[in-house]
Amino acid sequence: MAERPEGCALVTGASRGIGAAIARSLASDGWPVVVNYRSDADGAAGVVADVEEAGGRAVALAADVAGPDAAEELFSGAESHFGVPVLALVNNAGIAADDLISLLGDEEWQRVLDTNLTGAFRLTRRALKSMMRARFGRIINISSIVGLRANPGQANYAAAKAGLIAMTKTVTVEVARRGITANAVAPGWIDTDMTAGVESALLSNVPARRAGTPDEVAACVSFLASDAAAYVNGAVLTVDGGLAA
Amino acid sequence: MSVTTEQVESRVVETLASFGPDASQITRDATFEELDIDSLDLVELAQVVEDDYAVILKGEDMKELKTVGQAIDLIVSRAE
Repeated sequence: MAERPEGCALVTGASRGIGAAIARSLASDGWPVVVNYRSDADGAAGVVADVEEAGGRAVALAADVAGPDAAEELFSGAESHFGVPVLALVNNAGIAADDLISLLGDEEWQRVLDTNLTGAFRLTRRALKSMMRARFGRIINISSIVGLRANPGQANYAAAKAGLIAMTKTVTVEVARRGITANAVAPGWIDTDMTAGVESALLSNVPARRAGTPDEVAACVSFLASDAAAYVNGAVLTVDGGLAA
Repeated sequence: MSVTTEQVESRVVETLASFGPDASQITRDATFEELDIDSLDLVELAQVVEDDYAVILKGEDMKELKTVGQAIDLIVSRAE
């Protein structure tokens, strides 16, 4: 198999939680990593400091992935900072605005779709330009167990996360022959700021009887980004302690 | 920007050859279908053309193209 061409990794929403763990993990695998963040500059700087302390390379770049110019800003920024194209893209940035569908406003619907799905689409479209030329690419979309199994109050979030899975599969069949893989990771209950305060009685439904950690999700992303996963394409990897089983 | 037909022709042939067909098969009259050049290959050709000649070819432009010569002529006309 041809050696992996030189490239860097871009992780959106990487200032904390699962995204931060993914950025640290990919950096320890040898990827120069762009730590994208929207508002938490201190968090992103902390992730960059962690990576550098461990001997890796990282840079923090601010952008709201819901914006139409974010893809160009992030990819230009990544390429000019590291001098190599983005060959691993992790669409992780996500927001939630939960409510029962009867009460869900248009604004909450659109805002969640814009960040969680449309942002990932625009970044993927931009990423494919350089990945196709490089004959190599790794696109990893952080979906959710909610994209596979219903959860009341999350129609917008679930629609976006299920949409990510469908987009992942479409990317696979369009560009697999260029050495590009696209896979989705579907975390279940993971201990992060986003799940803090949610009723932990739900944990009794998890066969593992515990919440997962961001590092346990990051390990799966590292695998999917590695050369070892070259033939894993269009898959949805659940990381949920057995919740979807 | 001034670019000659010969320059474009040589770049197009080089790019198409990287997708599989033998360079000797890639004549002006050859159709993309004969060369087994598919829509994804044409997307990549459009990216090369955009990078090298700042000519933006859209999906509807590409759909009209049947032969290598048509692609070369379109790129040259847009680059002028």
